[in-house]
Amino acid sequence: MVGRMNPLLRMLVQRLGLAMLSLLLVSVVVFTITAVLPGDAAEELLGQDATPETLAALRVQMGLDQPLAMRYLHWLGGLVTGNPGRSLVSDAPVMELIGNRLPNSLLLAAVTAAIAVPLALLLGTLAAVFRGSWLDRLLNNGAVALVSVPEFLIATIAVLVLSVQLGWLPALSYASDIDSFSGAVRVFVMPVLTLCCVTVAQMMRMTRAALADQLDAAYIEMARLKGVPPVRLVLLHAMPNAIGPIANAVALSTSYLLGGVIVIETIFHYPGVAKLMVDGVSQRDIPLVQTCTMIFCAGYLLLVMLADMVGILANPRLRHAR
Amino acid sequence: MNATAAPRPAPGPAPRRRTLGLGVPGTLGLLVVLAWLLVALAAPWWVPAGAQEIGALPVFAGPQAGHWLGADYLGRDMLARVLLGARYTVAVAMVAAVLASAIGTCLALLAAVSGGWLDMLLSRGMDTLISIPSKLFALIMVAAFGASVPLLVLTAAVIYVPGAYRIARALAINVAALDYVVVARTRGESRGYLMLHEVLPNIAAPMLVDLGLRFVYVVLLLASLSFLGLGVQPPAADWGTLVRENLGALWQGGMAVVAPALAIASLTMAVNLVVDALPGRDARKAVH
Repeated sequence: MVGRMNPLLRMLVQRLGLAMLSLLLVSVVVFTITAVLPGDAAEELLGQDATPETLAALRVQMGLDQPLAMRYLHWLGGLVTGNPGRSLVSDAPVMELIGNRLPNSLLLAAVTAAIAVPLALLLGTLAAVFRGSWLDRLLNNGAVALVSVPEFLIATIAVLVLSVQLGWLPALSYASDIDSFSGAVRVFVMPVLTLCCVTVAQMMRMTRAALADQLDAAYIEMARLKGVPPVRLVLLHAMPNAIGPIANAVALSTSYLLGGVIVIETIFHYPGVAKLMVDGVSQRDIPLVQTCTMIFCAGYLLLVMLADMVGILANPRLRHAR
Repeated sequence: MNATAAPRPAPGPAPRRRTLGLGVPGTLGLLVVLAWLLVALAAPWWVPAGAQEIGALPVFAGPQAGHWLGADYLGRDMLARVLLGARYTVAVAMVAAVLASAIGTCLALLAAVSGGWLDMLLSRGMDTLISIPSKLFALIMVAAFGASVPLLVLTAAVIYVPGAYRIARALAINVAALDYVVVARTRGESRGYLMLHEVLPNIAAPMLVDLGLRFVYVVLLLASLSFLGLGVQPPAADWGTLVRENLGALWQGGMAVVAPALAIASLTMAVNLVVDALPGRDARKAVH
């Protein structure tokens, strides 16, 4: 069956399979880290009231008396069927807690991506085309400065300037304030602005590098000598070959976006999954943390896979059967 | 980021000797890094014991004679807090980065020289680790084991081993295929000899650059963790913690927040300057 498939389709199916395999391996790592400690969830739940009998009973009830491999399969099964258990702290189903927060986080990520990706591509392209100019140097030095300071520093500066000095925006955002357009803008501006700073810098540098590689190639020199106009040269000659690496760069930058989201949601008290997870970590709420981690990893691997596929689809050499 | 650098003068002996071959920005960066290292090692003996006294100054007092950075949210001398915090930021990150780089390089040498299933196994394992974003990995480690300094060092080291491994393996594979390594192998040298005497010297320079970059990543990661309240735990305080606990100062002049934040930025940017001036930079970039 696989052998007779169109090579392009086969490649895409292969990528999907690889991504699933990675996710499975990641789940093993996540489970191992969180299950390796001798103290377990039953002890945490009972706390001071634990007697050997109640502890043993609760362990059986929670399935903690079974071997590690069985517990892993059980946990994985629960995760896949959307029932990863209950929070150790609030006793609410983990899925419910996350479900309430997920739309907020997705919205934040989507708004940020909608601004950051086009901006980064534009700036990266400009920097690559005008290599060595003052614009290129300005963008590059700015980007290096941005990626070499922690995200919370940028957020702190944004608060200092926009809220404290200018008084334009509230320092903390609450998604419940979104009842009007201006309300939404006020809640979103600060987190999105900060996240954009972090991701644009990273993505722009990678875009520049990918496009600059192509602009150095011999076929571009040839086209230039032939008299191809500069805009056409960049967009129609160099760009198609740079799309693959650029898509890759964008996907890899999402790991920065993710790291940024964790810090930004916390600093601005934004009610998203990342804030939920950070709270879960400080309360040692293992089921919650496990599930949040798997959701983030799945999202990250999905994006990397999509970028891979875009790269394959954009590469004309892979489009036809050999 | 490098294509834009001004064309360098040919490496003549005269101008290079005066700046250790690092150029002016690189030397400046190195001085800043060394200064912070010295502070990290010496501060506990150097800062007077009374400087950390609570309520010695008004809360968030501004800079004044004898207290050049003002006071923190409990009225403690901010300069003393920053100097003492260097130990947790600079020294902890240094240990973690060196560990990550050393383990990554050793495993990469082993993989490149051995090849076959060992190489395959190590590489797939590293790929798995690398597909967990760094902050997420740190969060689950803290959730599972709690935040202590040894755990933070271990976590940061584990997170950055795969990156160091990838770079080192890519470099080492190229070297391992060269004639003199093949000859050494043919004359029956042991695997350890090949790793340490034939391959390692040729990847050391780019790996030093990589160590610098990894140090910056570790500093940023640990600072972010502390800022979230999940890193170094009070009463110990690294610079990320100092920013977190003094956020209230934003509305009162801000020196108590700005000082530790600037300390972090000065450290990471100084390391970047050094890294940019090191001779192994281009070799590392070529495989990245």
